[in-house]
Amino acid sequence: MAEFMPPSSEQEFHANFAQLKPRMNNTEALYESSRCLFCFDAPCIKACPTGIDIPQFIRQINTGNVTGAALTIYEANYFGNACGKVCPTEVLCEGACVYNLQEVKPIEIGRLQSFATRQVIESHKYLFEPGQANGRKVAIIGAGPAGISCACELRALGYEVDIFEAKSQPSGLTVHGVAPYKITNEEVLAEMEYLQTQFGYRVQYNSPICSRPDLLALEEAYDAIFLGIGLGKTNALLLPGEERENCVGAVEFIEQLRREHHQILVGRKVIVLGGGNTAMDAASESARLGAEDVILAYRRSKEDMGAYDFEYDLAKSVGVKGLFNVAPVEIVGNGRVEGVKFIRTATVDGQVQAVPGSEFVEPCDMVIKATGQAKQTTFLSLILGLQLDSKGRIVADTHTYQTTNPQYFASGDALNGGAEVVNAAAEAKVAARGIHHYLSAR
Amino acid sequence: MPDLSINFAGIKSPNPFWLASAPPTNSGYQVMKAFDAGWGGAVWKTLGVPVVNVSSRYGGVNYRDKRLIGFNNIELISDRPLVDNLREIEEVKKHFPHHAVIASLMVQSREEWHQIVRDVTNAGSDGIELNFGCPHGMCERGMGSAVGQEPDVLRTIVEWVMEVAQIPVIVKLTPNISDITEPARAAREGGADAISLINTIQSIVGVDLDLFAPYPIVDGKGTNGGYCGPAVKPIALNMVKNCAQDPHVQLPISGIGGIENWRDAVEHILLGASSVQICTAAMHFGFGIIREMTAGLEQYMTDKGFHTIYDMVGKALPNVKHWEDLNLKYKVTANIHEDKCIGCQLCYTACEDGAHQAIALREGTRVPEIIEENCVGCNLCSLVCPVENCITMDRTDDGTEHLTWKERTLAGTIPTDFNDERAGGLHHWVPEPTAALGKEKHKTLPGKARQLGHPAPTITDLLRKE
Repeated sequence: MAEFMPPSSEQEFHANFAQLKPRMNNTEALYESSRCLFCFDAPCIKACPTGIDIPQFIRQINTGNVTGAALTIYEANYFGNACGKVCPTEVLCEGACVYNLQEVKPIEIGRLQSFATRQVIESHKYLFEPGQANGRKVAIIGAGPAGISCACELRALGYEVDIFEAKSQPSGLTVHGVAPYKITNEEVLAEMEYLQTQFGYRVQYNSPICSRPDLLALEEAYDAIFLGIGLGKTNALLLPGEERENCVGAVEFIEQLRREHHQILVGRKVIVLGGGNTAMDAASESARLGAEDVILAYRRSKEDMGAYDFEYDLAKSVGVKGLFNVAPVEIVGNGRVEGVKFIRTATVDGQVQAVPGSEFVEPCDMVIKATGQAKQTTFLSLILGLQLDSKGRIVADTHTYQTTNPQYFASGDALNGGAEVVNAAAEAKVAARGIHHYLSAR
Repeated sequence: MPDLSINFAGIKSPNPFWLASAPPTNSGYQVMKAFDAGWGGAVWKTLGVPVVNVSSRYGGVNYRDKRLIGFNNIELISDRPLVDNLREIEEVKKHFPHHAVIASLMVQSREEWHQIVRDVTNAGSDGIELNFGCPHGMCERGMGSAVGQEPDVLRTIVEWVMEVAQIPVIVKLTPNISDITEPARAAREGGADAISLINTIQSIVGVDLDLFAPYPIVDGKGTNGGYCGPAVKPIALNMVKNCAQDPHVQLPISGIGGIENWRDAVEHILLGASSVQICTAAMHFGFGIIREMTAGLEQYMTDKGFHTIYDMVGKALPNVKHWEDLNLKYKVTANIHEDKCIGCQLCYTACEDGAHQAIALREGTRVPEIIEENCVGCNLCSLVCPVENCITMDRTDDGTEHLTWKERTLAGTIPTDFNDERAGGLHHWVPEPTAALGKEKHKTLPGKARQLGHPAPTITDLLRKE
């Protein structure tokens, strides 16, 4: 018997995917905020990529100025609620809390952050407005954390902003790619609406920019173009049998899960390939969807996994089992997936080597590949003069995030190769200032 | 097993913990329940001509997530007919003959005083407490603290009471006065057997920011109340000490003010109290707190080898001196124990902004460093440090020298003019005033500014530039 029964209703889905960082009530927020020491030159601020003045907003919550707390947060990070819930706070602000050194539970900064921001979102308490129009226009490609953050900052500076989004909803991976137990669709979209209402940028949904003519039109109509395009589909493994039914990419699986909730079908026995945070999410999610067995297969050892320890612990806590030092060689089956043929591996001088003759087949009826997302190099090659580094990342000035084509700026996964929502939010703000600097000087 | 019993000016009690005259002693029901729970005595809610009270009577002071570190009330004396109270006193004494029931009284004329003293004595009270302390409502009518603030009036009323009193009389003093020993002396001169202090402090505990009215709010208005609770203990301790040390008072003292656990009680006792009274803590947590208080007191007495309460009454008094008698040669210096430090740097900012700039930060570590030559040994860093024993104040003089201000005054070596060479801080290093400008700005700027560089232009700045 698996830990979770397959959810058959929205209610059961939400029970299986209960929020890891549930909303605080007023009393809890008072107690938790009371514990903050108000460190000098606080380590939590330095650990936050957006540099939120954390002791300040915690003190504001403590003194009953929740609106002020939300302003402190949003001034530094437009994805205030989203980051409170989806940030790996264990390795960022909360990981830096001095209480850790005293073996005392660190302040629950993420939950306090969401406490403050959700209050202003839900009460429609608006904190910002667009700056005086300066007559300049910026196009933003992608309504993810980078694109939306850049739009907010540019609107505050008086720019006209149009966002072109391929999908039908804003926030990118926040709504499509984050595990449902980290944040709900409703609260993501509520924050997006909260921002758009205040800043008044325009978003054109279902409007992918994918051709040279599309780009030319933008280049002519806009003073600058911001690339917040993120990454592409899951990398192909190039293994025999990869095309079999029920062998899916993790990004695609999670996106479908976020969209369809309990209506998604998961296998009874699922093998997740990969050792990163997305692999942990996909494995946890499979288990919470009622899969009887979930195996996380990784080609190196447990210690070598790229995932945060707490993410692996979370997966283990819902019954996921690890299978280490194995490399997939074939997806076996007959039309549908019936198993994965692995070969055992050994790491010699840092190199993964197959152990000859050690092949075995692990039966399963679903394979989820969490082996990284492809860069959108084909699309990026359509932009004249745009340089990419050897890993396919956009090359840009680190102070302005201006690319090698001066009309283009970039932030987020397409620039950093794949990081957190908070990194995109931080970079996009710098990029917006870069755009402002560039256009003001012209 | 130490003996907790007391004989306070002739009032016997199985332990020194009495409920103070207040709402918890409003009825025989409550007093019996308290005695059942383990309280040694109770001072009955003040009796007099019954009053009429308002609705909305208490206000609280919270500190962060802690409720009621301070408390105030605008309730008056008993609003129940005297006859009901007397009947219940009699009943309580029948059930608890060995517990102390003290009747608190507040009336006006000599005749009234004579009458009520006789009444409560006949009801079986073990003692009488004269309420000369209530600082709200009753004082507007010339009673309570209005009496406590006029030593001559106080003395006269005590004399009236003593004319008929057959049982011990305690005078309860108000702290709303500049020198508590004046009414204490008047009480003795009037013939009182003991004093109790402090009554509540005249206060406004807070103002409603939306209604623009003080708490507690009665139909949009409020009035000053009487302040009590843990926050008033330091004021009470000082006044208890003042009375205990005064050679013209020399009366048993019942200590009141901010007592909610055994430690608070012991502090009162060490400064001269031989019984203690508790109200707010019982109102907050109920009568059950008595178990912790008696257990803690017993344990402390056992650990210290005290057999009776009287082994410890006033034990700290010889060490409470005037400032001029303190040793100017004594020197302590802060010492940060690196292994315990968690790097919050509260000590740094406290010393830097609030004391003597005697703590420095170092590159590559969050553990601050004491600049010994600047440290005046003020304790501030050790007080703000959140980690137990992380900052200790270590003695640095060799203990051989002893010199007080008084001795220096006699020897003529104290500073006497404005720019005297003997100024204590003459050779203390202080930074140049302008060194403050912009200091560590990068560490105190709001987060957004850190992220976008220093000095970080705000959006308003950027727009203004254009």
